[in-house]
Amino acid sequence: MKPTYAKPRRPEARSSSVGSASAAAGPASARPLLSVRDLVKTFPGRRVLGRATAPVRAVDGVDLELAAGETLGLVGESGCGKSTTGRMLVRLLEPTAGTVEFEGRDITHLSPRELRPVRQRLQIIFQDPHASLNPRQTVARIIAEPLLVQGSTVAAARDRAAELLDLVGLGAEHLDRHPYQFSGGQAQRIGIARALATGPRLIVADEPVSALDVSVQAQVVNLMERLGAELGLSFLFIAHDLSVVKRVCDRVAVMYLGRIVEIGDKRELYDRPAHPYTRALLSAVPLPDPAAERRRERIILLGDPPSPAAPPSGCGFHPRCPKAQAVCRTERPLLQVVGSGARTAACHFPETG
Amino acid sequence: MPPTTEPDHPLLRVHDLRVAFDTPTGTVQAVDGVSFTVAAGRTLGLVGESGSGKSVTSLAVMGLHRRARVSGSITLAGQELLGLSDRRFGRLRGRRMAMVFQDPLSALHPAYTVGEQIAEAHRHHFGSSRRVARRRAVEMLGEVGIPEPGRRAGEYAHQFSGGMRQRAMIAMALSCEPELLVADEPTTALDVTVQAQILELIARLQQERGLGVLMITHDLGVVARVAHEVLVMYGGRGAEQAPVDELFHSPAHPYTRGLLDSLPRLDDPDDAPLRAIPGSPPSPAEPRPGCPFEPRCPRAAAATAPERARCAEESPRPRDVPDGGRLVACHLPLPAAPAAPHSGPAGGVPVPAEEAR
Repeated sequence: MKPTYAKPRRPEARSSSVGSASAAAGPASARPLLSVRDLVKTFPGRRVLGRATAPVRAVDGVDLELAAGETLGLVGESGCGKSTTGRMLVRLLEPTAGTVEFEGRDITHLSPRELRPVRQRLQIIFQDPHASLNPRQTVARIIAEPLLVQGSTVAAARDRAAELLDLVGLGAEHLDRHPYQFSGGQAQRIGIARALATGPRLIVADEPVSALDVSVQAQVVNLMERLGAELGLSFLFIAHDLSVVKRVCDRVAVMYLGRIVEIGDKRELYDRPAHPYTRALLSAVPLPDPAAERRRERIILLGDPPSPAAPPSGCGFHPRCPKAQAVCRTERPLLQVVGSGARTAACHFPETG
Repeated sequence: MPPTTEPDHPLLRVHDLRVAFDTPTGTVQAVDGVSFTVAAGRTLGLVGESGSGKSVTSLAVMGLHRRARVSGSITLAGQELLGLSDRRFGRLRGRRMAMVFQDPLSALHPAYTVGEQIAEAHRHHFGSSRRVARRRAVEMLGEVGIPEPGRRAGEYAHQFSGGMRQRAMIAMALSCEPELLVADEPTTALDVTVQAQILELIARLQQERGLGVLMITHDLGVVARVAHEVLVMYGGRGAEQAPVDELFHSPAHPYTRGLLDSLPRLDDPDDAPLRAIPGSPPSPAEPRPGCPFEPRCPRAAAATAPERARCAEESPRPRDVPDGGRLVACHLPLPAAPAAPHSGPAGGVPVPAEEAR
C-alpha cells in the first residue's frame, strides 16, 4: 500500500504581499506547503522565592516558507528558539502570535478535532528516540497508534506497521518487540516509521540524529534522504550540527535569540555567509582535517548567547558582534536581500563578498 | 610501545589497562587491554563511540573507579598509580592530575560559591590560608578569561552561563598546577561558538604550562583541532593509534576509515552522500571472540573465507604499520594512502557501505 496524500483543502493562491524579502528567499515555485508569518512565543515569567522573573520571548517574529519536496534546515545554538518554532508548527505548542499556514490553510487556531486530519500530513520526530517511544508498548502498537487514532482497524494498522518497518530498514520480525530491545539508531527508525504511518507531506525533525553515535548518524541521515526522495516528503530539519544540515538541506535558516538572522539557499549561505553570526558559527565548527584546522582563520566570539529573558536592544547579536556600530545598539535590523537574491539577512552591515 | 617520541618517562603511561565490572548478569569487560602514553606539553585525543570504553579509561587514570576490577599499569612520571591507597591517590588527584567533566553544572556544587570551590582544592593540597586560597581562586578565574573575577568568585554556579561554568571548572582543575589534565568531553554540552572559546583556552594554558592533556571525545573535528596523537577505541580496545595527521590522512583501521567516511563535512563542496557503517557499536555486556569490529567491517566482509574466519575468531593485537609511527589492531589493515596533502573526504580505499539495518 502506497501512502496516499489528501489534496490540499483550499487551493486558493496566497497573496504575494508577503514582502519581497521572504519571496526572494523562498523557492521559485508558486504556493508553499508551509508558510509561517510573524510567529511569536512568549513564556510567562514565574515567581521564584517571591521574586518575579521576566517573561521569556523564546520566538520573536519568525517568517518561514517551505515548498513541497524541499528540506529546510533550522539551525542555531541552544536557546535560540528553533525547537520552540518546530513545536508551534505542529501545534504541540500554542503560538502567542502569528500564523501557521499548511497546505494553504491557516491551522493556527484549529480545534483539536479540526487538527486531527491535518496531523495525518504534518508529523514530527524527536531527538531522543527512546524517550519518545512508550516503553510498555510493542513496536507494532507504537507505529499503529496514529492509524488507530485516525480510525483504522487493528488488523489493517498492523499490516501497515509491518510495511513501514520494512520501509525504514528494520523488518517485520521486530513488530512484537519493545523499545528497550533496540539500539538508539533502530529506535530512531521506529520513530520515523511512526511519523510516516499516516502518509505525511511534511515532517518536522527536531535534532533527529544528535543523540546517535557518529557511525549510526549517517545511517539515519541516509534513510531520511531516501524516504524524502521516494515519498516526496518535505522536512523541516532542526539541528545544531551545521555539517549535517549542509548535507541534508536545500535551504537553511539561521536563528539567534528567537529570530531568523539569515535564510536562503544552502550553497550561498555556507559559501558566502552574509550575517556576522553565520560567519562565526561556520568558522567555529571543527573540521575533521588537522591540516585544514591549522590553516584556518577562526572568528572567536566573545561571551555567550544572551538570555532571551533579557535580550539586548537593537540587533540581538550586537554585544558579541565584531562589526557592531552605534546603529546596531538602537535599531533592530530586518531581513533584506543580499547578494544574488537567493537569500536574506538581518544585519545593518552584511558581508556582500 | 606507542609511537610517540618516547622520553624516558612519559608523563602518563598506561599499559595493558583492563577494567571489568561485576554485574548481576555477569562480568562486563569495559576496557580490554589498552595502552598509550601522554607526554608533557602534548595532547592525546581518545576517540570512540558510546560503549567504546573511553570514559571508563579516563576514570581509571584518575583512580575514580570504586567497584571495578582494574588491572594493568598506569604510571604518572614513573610512579605506579594502580594499587595506591585512597589516601595516597588523594594526594595526587587534583594536585598533579586533574579532570574536567562534560557537564560543569553537575560537577559544581550548587550551594558553595565558585570561588570557595576553587579555593578548597588549594587549601586541601597546600594547606594555604583562606585568604591566600581565595586570592589564588580569583587569579585563576581571571586567567581562564572570566571578566571581573573578584566579583564572580562570590557567585554560585547557577549564576554562570554554560561556557563560564566550564571555564570555572578549568580554573579549578588548574589551580594546583597539575602536570596532567584529563578532559572528558569538555565541550560536548556547549554551543559551538563557546566550544571554540574553550578549546582555545585549553590550548593556550597547555602551551603556557607544558600540560599533558588526555582529551576524551566523540568528535573527530575536535580531535583534528587539538590533538597531537590520537587513539581510536572500539569495543573496549584500541583500534588504531597514530599522530593526528597520519590518522586523518591515511587511516589504517577500517573502523577509522568508516568513521571518517560517515561524517558529513562542512568543507565538502559536493555534499557527497554519506557512507554509513552498517550496524551499531557493540555492547560491552555482550562480548564476542575475535575483532570487535568484524560484524560491521567491510574489509572482513570482502575477504576470503579463511581471512574472515580469523577476524571472527582471533582478536587482533596492536602492531606496527609498515610505514611506521603508528599501531593498528587489525588483521586486514588498509594500505597507506599516497603522501599527497589531504584534501577532502576521498582517499584511502573506498569502502562502499550502504545505509544498512
